[in-house]
Amino acid sequence: MTPVSFDLQLLNLCAALLLLLSFAMLAQRRIVTLVNLLALQGALLLAATLLLAWRTQQHHLYISAALTLALKVILLPWLLHRLIRRLQVYRDTEPLLNIPGTLLIGVLVVVFSFGLAQPISALASTATRSAIGIAVAVVLLSFVTMINRRKAMSQVVGFLSMENGLFFGAMSATYGMPMIVELGVGLDVLVAVLVLGVFFFQIREQFDSLDLHHLEALKEPSSTRPAAEDR
Amino acid sequence: MELLFLLASPLAGAVLLAVYGARQRAPELNAAMSLLTLLAACALTARVVNEGPLLIAQEQFFIDPFNVFLVTLTAFVGFTTSLFSRPYMRVEIEHGRVTPARLRLYHSMYQLFMATMLVALTTNNMGLLWVAMEAATLSTVLLVTLYRTAASLEAGWKYFILCGVGIAQALFGTILLYFAAEKILGSEGVSALLWTHLNGVKGQLEPVVLSLAFVFLLVGYGTKVGLAPLHNWLPDAHAEGPTPISAVLSGLLLNVAIYAIVRCKVLVEGSLSSDLPSRMLMGFGLLSVVLAALFLWRQRDVKRLFAYSSIEHMGLIAFAFGMGGAVANFAALLHMTVHSLTKSAIFFAVGHAAQKAGSQLMADIRGLITRNPTVGWGLMMGSLAILGVPPFGVFASEFLILTTAMREQPWATPILLAALGIAFAAIFGRVQPMVFGETTAKRLPHPPALLPVFTHLGLVLLLGLYVPPYLADWYRAAARLIGGE
Repeated sequence: MTPVSFDLQLLNLCAALLLLLSFAMLAQRRIVTLVNLLALQGALLLAATLLLAWRTQQHHLYISAALTLALKVILLPWLLHRLIRRLQVYRDTEPLLNIPGTLLIGVLVVVFSFGLAQPISALASTATRSAIGIAVAVVLLSFVTMINRRKAMSQVVGFLSMENGLFFGAMSATYGMPMIVELGVGLDVLVAVLVLGVFFFQIREQFDSLDLHHLEALKEPSSTRPAAEDR
Repeated sequence: MELLFLLASPLAGAVLLAVYGARQRAPELNAAMSLLTLLAACALTARVVNEGPLLIAQEQFFIDPFNVFLVTLTAFVGFTTSLFSRPYMRVEIEHGRVTPARLRLYHSMYQLFMATMLVALTTNNMGLLWVAMEAATLSTVLLVTLYRTAASLEAGWKYFILCGVGIAQALFGTILLYFAAEKILGSEGVSALLWTHLNGVKGQLEPVVLSLAFVFLLVGYGTKVGLAPLHNWLPDAHAEGPTPISAVLSGLLLNVAIYAIVRCKVLVEGSLSSDLPSRMLMGFGLLSVVLAALFLWRQRDVKRLFAYSSIEHMGLIAFAFGMGGAVANFAALLHMTVHSLTKSAIFFAVGHAAQKAGSQLMADIRGLITRNPTVGWGLMMGSLAILGVPPFGVFASEFLILTTAMREQPWATPILLAALGIAFAAIFGRVQPMVFGETTAKRLPHPPALLPVFTHLGLVLLLGLYVPPYLADWYRAAARLIGGE
């Protein structure tokens, strides 16, 4: 067995830490900490991108790293923290499924992801192909977070962490997407967070809360219809 | 050049309307910008008809018969909807449901939404296609919540989260596509995501990865199409947003999303020896048709009713594309056109009717024919057209789809026929009292815009009686491009 080079070991460490962070997010109920975890995830993504850029001498990865730094490590967490302060949402309520149960499901999800990523990893020629399974797992774990939470804010953190997982997947499978696409995706994510900010204020104005159980009136068959009545 | 105009005029419109604000003439400015877009689309079409497919801006944009007809359709419905929205939004302001500040947002986002759809249609880059689809969601989220009612906020949130998660799946699919393509086309430059390049080497792409990619792309863009069981956001977003937005969501955005799926299907089918993409499309399509037909019975809100009808028709289109072959593709393209025209006409009529009755509940809308015969006839004719009554164009396309299904997939024909029958009974039974019942409704402060309704219905009627030969050639060329022999 050939010894694995040091930088590759570091990369694998980053990947493992990313997976660990996803589990931490799954278990974390304080929203401020959740956002910090998201920022940390961004930082790990940045470290992985830089390592990969240095290792493979792919210059566009440096630009991608700069983008990650600006957007995912600094701007988005800052925006989210501001929102949390302005809206005064600090804790999520009890998740739909209790935390030990969620973690168990998380473990199953990871096993499933590695199964799913198996054919892709087998075909990949990149040095980081073993990390593809982890990227899929991060995406699916974020998905579980989104399903399991009630507060709008936690769902958004789940959404952004899913985006991070996708980026990590793109990086470990193909050393990143073409620049124009990465720029576009980054722009979309930024706009999404801004739109959500506006949106949260609207929800709060209407319900005095960011708890999503208020948003359950529209069910089949349509029950109360305030929109139609107040005209 | 034409393309530049096409994309620049809605973008300029968005900026202009954001600056201009909600002054007296803003609705007219909105219509004027949409007209400019339409003219640019016509010029582009003329050029493609004369010179064949075009590759523009370092191959980032690609216009062929398939997308140019959707571009024209999008620009046309965008223009007529802006005409409709002129009196509609004025009435909404007088009813106090919309403030001037929100009207500014509405106009600006309307133009931005048109721009994102046109980019999605014309781009050659699968990554940009994704970016534009996501941008289309983002630009409409705030439009769905324009009224700021509890229900509209819920609808907007559902729309954002479901489509956001869906489109994230599509991003993963795009990454996988790039992963497969990069091996053959190389990662230098951006050629590995350009559809024309991918199409050239589709036979060499790795089948395992591509089939996985297609699953993700279908689920992702399928969420936007509203294919069951991913359709939950669609009725809410249609019912709670302003009616012009329902018209463009239903008539245009769903088409654009299905366009994205078909582009992916062409690539994946070329790589796979199995018919997995076809079977998946047919399965999702059939499920949507059946589920939507059943849900139609439970609706009480008129816009929700027609939103479910959109799901049904999207299912039918997906089924037809799934069957593939020249006739089915032709029928699917025709159905996209007539559905888009008819459904937006219906929403125009429904919008005026709901404003008149002061409610979207079907039980409150009565006797349109006595108080406002033109709105009443518009709604009646539109409903008949969408239900596939001859001689409207929907009949022609549904007939083609059904006869092809009888030949290619005989097992599916009874299911489709039953679903269409159920849908007919559900919609007709509800529209009839709305049009002919007793009424007490008052006059609207602004005369409704009925020209768009009857223009659309006239076109649909025309397409049912006679498809002009150049249009038929065009559809055939497009059908050939997407894999009809």
